[in-house]
Amino acid sequence: MTTNNNPEPTYVIETQDLEIYYGTFKAVTDVNMKVEQNKITAIIGPSGCGKSTLLRAFNRMNELYAGTSIKGKITFNGQDIYAKEVDPVEVRYRIGMVFQKPNPFPKSIYENIAWTARIHGYKGNMDELVENSLQQAALWDEVKDKLHQSGLSLSGGQQQRLCIARAISIKPEVILMDEPASALDPIATLKIEELMQELKKNYTIVIVTHNMQQAARASDYTAMMMLSGEGERSGTMIEFNETKTIFTRPADKRTEDYVTGRFG
Amino acid sequence: MKEKEVIQGFSNNLNARNRKGVIWHIIFQASTLVGIVALIALMLNIVNSAFGYVAYEARVDPDTFTVDGVPLEEQNKEQLLTLLQSELSRGAYNKLNNEEPFEERSRENVFQLIVERIIRPKVVAVWDLWPSLTQVDEIRATVAQDFPTAELDFVSWLTYDFVTRPQTSEALTAGVRTAILGSLWTIFFTILLAFPVGVGAAIYLEEYASDNWFNRIIQTNINNLAGVPSIVYGILGLAIFVRTLEPLTSGEIFGLVDPTTANGRTVLSAGLTLGLLVLPIIIINAQEAIRAVPRSLRNASFGVGATKWQTVWSHVLPNAMPGILTGTILAVSRAIGETAPLVVVGASTAISFDPESPFSKFTTLPIQIYQWTARPQAEFQSLAAASILVLLVLLLSLNASAVLLRNRFSRRF
Repeated sequence: MTTNNNPEPTYVIETQDLEIYYGTFKAVTDVNMKVEQNKITAIIGPSGCGKSTLLRAFNRMNELYAGTSIKGKITFNGQDIYAKEVDPVEVRYRIGMVFQKPNPFPKSIYENIAWTARIHGYKGNMDELVENSLQQAALWDEVKDKLHQSGLSLSGGQQQRLCIARAISIKPEVILMDEPASALDPIATLKIEELMQELKKNYTIVIVTHNMQQAARASDYTAMMMLSGEGERSGTMIEFNETKTIFTRPADKRTEDYVTGRFG
Repeated sequence: MKEKEVIQGFSNNLNARNRKGVIWHIIFQASTLVGIVALIALMLNIVNSAFGYVAYEARVDPDTFTVDGVPLEEQNKEQLLTLLQSELSRGAYNKLNNEEPFEERSRENVFQLIVERIIRPKVVAVWDLWPSLTQVDEIRATVAQDFPTAELDFVSWLTYDFVTRPQTSEALTAGVRTAILGSLWTIFFTILLAFPVGVGAAIYLEEYASDNWFNRIIQTNINNLAGVPSIVYGILGLAIFVRTLEPLTSGEIFGLVDPTTANGRTVLSAGLTLGLLVLPIIIINAQEAIRAVPRSLRNASFGVGATKWQTVWSHVLPNAMPGILTGTILAVSRAIGETAPLVVVGASTAISFDPESPFSKFTTLPIQIYQWTARPQAEFQSLAAASILVLLVLLLSLNASAVLLRNRFSRRF
């Protein structure tokens, strides 16, 4: 594996002419993007343009929704993750996910992480793993005295950080975040954003967000998606670049309208 | 409040809308009332029959057994035993001794035996609770006139003895222990078959089966099976469990029963038949419960790389369990009350020994109730009413334990 110091950037996830279908409806079309290692890549765009659909395609969560299929290619470390021999469970193990609505298991805080580690055959010191994960998620100090209370007893922001702790407890290589702060207040949101900066030292992060400031503040790269085409419109990636370019000198007029709030 | 100006095209109909709401409110309340009245009428009717005056005559006058001026009621155990020995045949006496040696029996027990076997009281007239409370004088007068030798007692047909005695043909000494045990055995096998199979099928249909025409046909059929009349299941049970699988359901292949007397009309057959009967109900309810587990929870599990089995076992099932148990409670309640299929499968009509194995002949409470209500004598109607109370208590206690179990599951977090 290459390191950060390598002048040539390492791309963890790459897509080639990706199209995503719900049944016969083409929801996402023509996506070509590269997710660089140890960077935060944001996907922005108006509602219903296929951002979440695209994100879920990265770890094959889409397959849990009946009738979805893809065309084109998504590679993870050069391996086509939709190839026949690839087990989607393995993909989701290595590409973790944090969802829009915090969804801790209805188990204790401790067990949320311990169960996750156990199903992957973790045999080491569980207390240590739980503490480390919670610390990395900046949640340890708040919950260390109530590890055996229900994860659902936490506040929304804490629940979301518990979900992040759970995701990183099994050391994925990429963390996908689907609007992780959209259900949270600004303070909890800020915490999550700070946490992302911390996490990108060890992980690659792809985040879908509705919040333009969040994308501008927190991400290194930004992908702009928008509905396009005639008739049945599909979401497509109209621009993909470094975040500061997207927000200061966007190449596409629609991007400029959107990021400056003049859209629609 | 100042009335809002009527805008063209709109009309001020708030009062009319409110009136309509009130009318519907009353209709819904009335519907509930009808249900409650029906329920109260049912309970009153049962209680009315289960208690009241009974006039009974001794077939043999107890006064004839007075020894040295000591009436029967005051004789000691030895005197009673002598009497029992002299009045019963040697075989009957030895049989009683074999059941429980006389040395170990109490005086009350021996006295009871004398009443049952020698004096043999016979019911001559029965009154319901209501007349027993309101027309005591008339009842006494009637008895004095029509049955001068009869004794009049106010009895509760539902007693501890009633619950613990086996079935007999004498109303005054009949009990429902055989039927209670039969019901419990039957329900045990019903649950044993229907719960695991039902939940398993529900998991398959909800989590694994893909949405194609074949699975849709299966689903439709399960829904329809839930509505098939229970007697049809009785016929199915007769054909499959009693006839085809007779060696199994009679216990013959296990060598537990003499092959010449083996017969498939057993507790096992009855339980399995009722199991088939409630299987669709359990499947449908379990499917509902599984479907109600939020997608976000499944996503959480799949999102950390859990397999389908790990997701189902650790998250879907525990969270669906309260719902699954609710469905099972409903199904088992139905099974306990079923009569028709058991008549077809061959519940025994008169049976005085307890079911002791899956291969025992049996009767159940509803069968017992059905048989007693079918008899013309009033005292058996009262017995039936008392059995209904027993059935209701049994049902409520089984349900209560299931509800407790369910609450344990739902309290976990």
